[in-house]
Amino acid sequence: MSRYSVFSLFKHALSHHENWQKVWRNPTPKDVYDVVIIGGGGHGLATAYYLAKEHGITNVAVVEKGYLGGGNTARNTTIVRSNYLWDEAAHLFEHSMKLWEGLSQDLNYNVMFSQRGVLNLGHNLQDMRDIERRVSANRLNGIDGEVLNAKQVKDICPLLDCSASARYPVLGASWQARGGVARHDAVAWGFARGADALGVDLLQQTEVIGIRRHEGAVCGVETNRGFIAAKKVACVTAGSSSLLAKMVGMELPIESHPLQACVSEPIKPILDTVVMSNAVHGYMSQSDKGDLVIGAGIDGYTGYGQRGSFPVIEHTLAAICEMFPDVRRVRMNRAWGGIVDTTPDASPIISKTHIPGLYFNCGWGTGGFKATPGSGNVFAHTIAKDEPHPLAKPFSIDRFHSGHLIDEHGAAGVAH
Amino acid sequence: MLHLFCPYCQEHREEDEFHYRGQAHIVRPKDPDALSDKEWGDYLFFRKNPKGIHHEMWYHVSGCRRFFNVTRNTVTYDIYETYKIGEMPAVTDKEETE
Repeated sequence: MSRYSVFSLFKHALSHHENWQKVWRNPTPKDVYDVVIIGGGGHGLATAYYLAKEHGITNVAVVEKGYLGGGNTARNTTIVRSNYLWDEAAHLFEHSMKLWEGLSQDLNYNVMFSQRGVLNLGHNLQDMRDIERRVSANRLNGIDGEVLNAKQVKDICPLLDCSASARYPVLGASWQARGGVARHDAVAWGFARGADALGVDLLQQTEVIGIRRHEGAVCGVETNRGFIAAKKVACVTAGSSSLLAKMVGMELPIESHPLQACVSEPIKPILDTVVMSNAVHGYMSQSDKGDLVIGAGIDGYTGYGQRGSFPVIEHTLAAICEMFPDVRRVRMNRAWGGIVDTTPDASPIISKTHIPGLYFNCGWGTGGFKATPGSGNVFAHTIAKDEPHPLAKPFSIDRFHSGHLIDEHGAAGVAH
Repeated sequence: MLHLFCPYCQEHREEDEFHYRGQAHIVRPKDPDALSDKEWGDYLFFRKNPKGIHHEMWYHVSGCRRFFNVTRNTVTYDIYETYKIGEMPAVTDKEETE
């Protein structure tokens, strides 16, 4: 892999940028791999990268039915934060945050991670009590956080309507200064390039149609390009996780719901932070291109249609217009939906299964993007050692039978 | 926007009037004390989540406030039928009945 640097930029300028190496290969599938990862989104690619980099397992294939990073990785609103309430979740997301902080250097690929801060607004007294509780919990876990009053919020985000007559009065907010946004596509591409350079085969347009077992244990996957043998198969397929589980006769504690987002036409810089409001169910940031990136809630009903219902997006935009009256006449460019895999406790599943050699990393629901590096990191460990990474252990699928749920519903300022 | 036919009100109404209440036909355990942790967990948390035909409960929250069942396609969002609690669906997935 040729490294990207100012010198390589200069060198390639001399040949009119016509000789850049391809970012990754397009290999034909081998017959046998040590590990097959199903799903070429951010989490799957990160898993492959850390398997190769930290555990020396390079005979790995990432099998993707579409193209790399074309699912939820390309559809999220790119927010990164780690201010979760419960210890287990806080440790996992903070692990991810620390990886984010060095990710561009590590991958030699600019993921445009911008720590512009995240505000979680409080609109009533109970919101403010919850915020104080959560920020205190965060600080005890070594995660930065502050409780702000309305004036401090207004200073950070003048665009926000903090007046007494606002439809949704702002009493204060939690503030995580290390939070921010990253370029979602670049994260997938950076991990893909890094994994490919270490020898991982990225197999696009390759759909898994069955998981083959031998004497109970996994022995490979059937794909539209033939059988691929592997003793370890790791499923990282978000909204489609239940479909893979069904291939081996398993049910998961997961329901797939459409989640919507939209972006506006590009406008001049007006918002240099991320504003989230759990109570009115809307959040917004501004991308480097200038578009306002707005996220809505999930549809109440399950669905695989990759489009959301109109009442949900209407509700969110009505709230955004009340909170940011200045943007009322901005036009929306695009709206879309992705299929998120929600769990009963709004926490992910990073787990071995009762089938030897079969692993699941799913259930990230509405908040998986921020966890991309951390998720891949702990999942790679879980696969390589065949035992859960200490940070992943509480997220085993067994918790839905033992009762040790990690209930992050609303608790983390998550707009679920 | 989904249009659901409430079998009690005998009318098509818009989706805003309803709440989705998850997979239908889950049988409540007759003797909860006798259940193992595994059975409890399966009953409470594990769901079919199919891609295709799904039987699900809806709640007519802004109308008659009654629960009823819907057979819906989770990819096309086509609604095949709605029927009262206690009744069985007329439309089923082939695999399901095997």
